[in-house]
Amino acid sequence: MHTIWTIAKRELATFFDSLIAYIILALFLGFSGFFTWLYGNDIFLVGQANLRVFFNIASWSLFFFIPAITMKMLAEERKTGTLELLLTKSVSDREVILGKFLGSILLICIALTATLPYVITVANIGNLDNGGTICGYLGLLLLSIAYTAIGIFASSITTNQIVAFMTALLIGLFFQIIFGVLAQNFTGSLGQFFDTLDLQSHFESISRGVLDSKDLVYFLSITVLGLYLGEWSLSKRHIS
Amino acid sequence: MDIQIENLTKSYGPQKAVNNINFDVKTGEVLGFLGPNGAGKSTTMKMITGYIGIEKGDIRIGGKSLTDPESNFKQHIGYLPENNPLYLDMPIIDYLEFCAALQGVEKTKIDDRIKEMIGLCGLNREKHKKIGELSKGYRQRVGLAQAMIHDPEILVLDEPTTGLDPNQIIEIRKLIRDLGKEKTVILSTHILPEVEATCDRILIINRGNIVANGTPETLRKQAQGNEVLKLRIEDGDVETILKSLNALDTVQEADLVHREENLFEVQSVAQQSSKRNIFNLCVEKKWVLTELTPLETKLEDIFRNLTVN
Ligand SMILES: Nc1ncnc2c1ncn2[C@@H]1O[C@H](COP(=O)(O)OP(=O)(O)OP(=O)(O)O)[C@@H](O)[C@H]1O
Ligand SMILES: [Mg+2]
Repeated sequence: MHTIWTIAKRELATFFDSLIAYIILALFLGFSGFFTWLYGNDIFLVGQANLRVFFNIASWSLFFFIPAITMKMLAEERKTGTLELLLTKSVSDREVILGKFLGSILLICIALTATLPYVITVANIGNLDNGGTICGYLGLLLLSIAYTAIGIFASSITTNQIVAFMTALLIGLFFQIIFGVLAQNFTGSLGQFFDTLDLQSHFESISRGVLDSKDLVYFLSITVLGLYLGEWSLSKRHIS
Repeated sequence: MDIQIENLTKSYGPQKAVNNINFDVKTGEVLGFLGPNGAGKSTTMKMITGYIGIEKGDIRIGGKSLTDPESNFKQHIGYLPENNPLYLDMPIIDYLEFCAALQGVEKTKIDDRIKEMIGLCGLNREKHKKIGELSKGYRQRVGLAQAMIHDPEILVLDEPTTGLDPNQIIEIRKLIRDLGKEKTVILSTHILPEVEATCDRILIINRGNIVANGTPETLRKQAQGNEVLKLRIEDGDVETILKSLNALDTVQEADLVHREENLFEVQSVAQQSSKRNIFNLCVEKKWVLTELTPLETKLEDIFRNLTVN
């Protein structure tokens, strides 16, 4: 655990050192803020409904920005050779993956915390369902861990950051849109199957305030699978 | 901690980068790993340090196999990979702290260790810079510092002195020698005098196979075969001296090298030395022996003989 924390801390420090963190945070807040303002301009009328617009838009922002956070994590280390140095320290492949995972989750948590003033503003104006708000954030967090795991896997299979970014986005696209579209176009058990895979519907049911273990299992499965595949690909050392 | 390597093999596709090699390294020994480019030195080191998996054979560190999930062998190894990869965007001190933490150095001791390493590797002048701002030689010093930060019992150094200035090379070689008294050190290099200056034993590898293994002296003896002596004998007639030398029963052949300077070269018969006989001959004839030097085969020649094919 200590090792994972050491790696996560370094990741975070590197982020904030290289300005990337600030750019991503600014873009994330700007992007979410702008679209929430654009689509939710009846903010003064409906408190909770308006927050739902915000959670929806934040989920899209995360969909784009998480691959940008994770893309260099392993690809860059493999390219510069520092991965060799890291993995010959007394560290296991799993600890490296988990450390990187924790590092980017912490950055995302910072980004999500930065949106709190917005929620507080809404709460001061209209009446706010605290439980619903917490569920909304929980949904964003679950979505984040799933996309981070996918991003880390994408970063583990290449030495090129751009390829890692595109791969993560492409895999994410299936969960974010394509499975949902397929679910609508197929009926019966196939439609059911795609609906189960669709991330949006799981996210929406959580952010509506309905906590179902099925949704939790869904997000956690993607996360575990992504991290596991990342570890597996890291154990095959020779990809160039 | 001893290292034992048994039947180690590693292939990249059809090519065998390391082919069924066996060797031991003992505590208190500095092993010099020599071989032409692409011989398999770095590949072997990567396997010892646990970066790449063992395909066939076994590596045992302190008696425990690397494949044993219980063995936390990485903690006992300090590794300087070739090309010295480093996080260029990190300040030196933060980086060393990171390495120390990963290698399990106690929190309270980390600062002291970092100070010690900065002193030992001559980093003091540059210690507040980011690694990316350092010159190549200073980066190499950071690489050495991170390898030794946790005071490991085993050091694996892949071409440790590349890029260092002559002063630093001498210091680092001395450091390696000193460390080698208590620790187990494997270093690879292309600088042959470096091997003689630092190593107790030499291992030459060529195309994945070990072609020589021994102390510099034994390698020389093996390569050389018969003893060759260079002599200068004065106060006598050159032809007489030559005839008497050839008459000695331990001498296989004596030649005149330089008539004016009375220089001779004497090759002894196998397994025998002619030094005593020559000395006694000179005493008997009242000649003055002003020079007697055994001619050694140079390490370069040994290396070339074994690896050029
Ligand atoms: N990742 C890799 N993929 C394919 N082949 C490789 C890989 N790494 C090394 N090799 C091959 O294995 C052989 C041994 O390489 P290695 O790096 O161990 O040589 P070396 O003895 O360290 O050489 P040098 O003195 O140039 O550093 C070479 O022929 C090399 O081409
Ligand atoms: Mg090499």
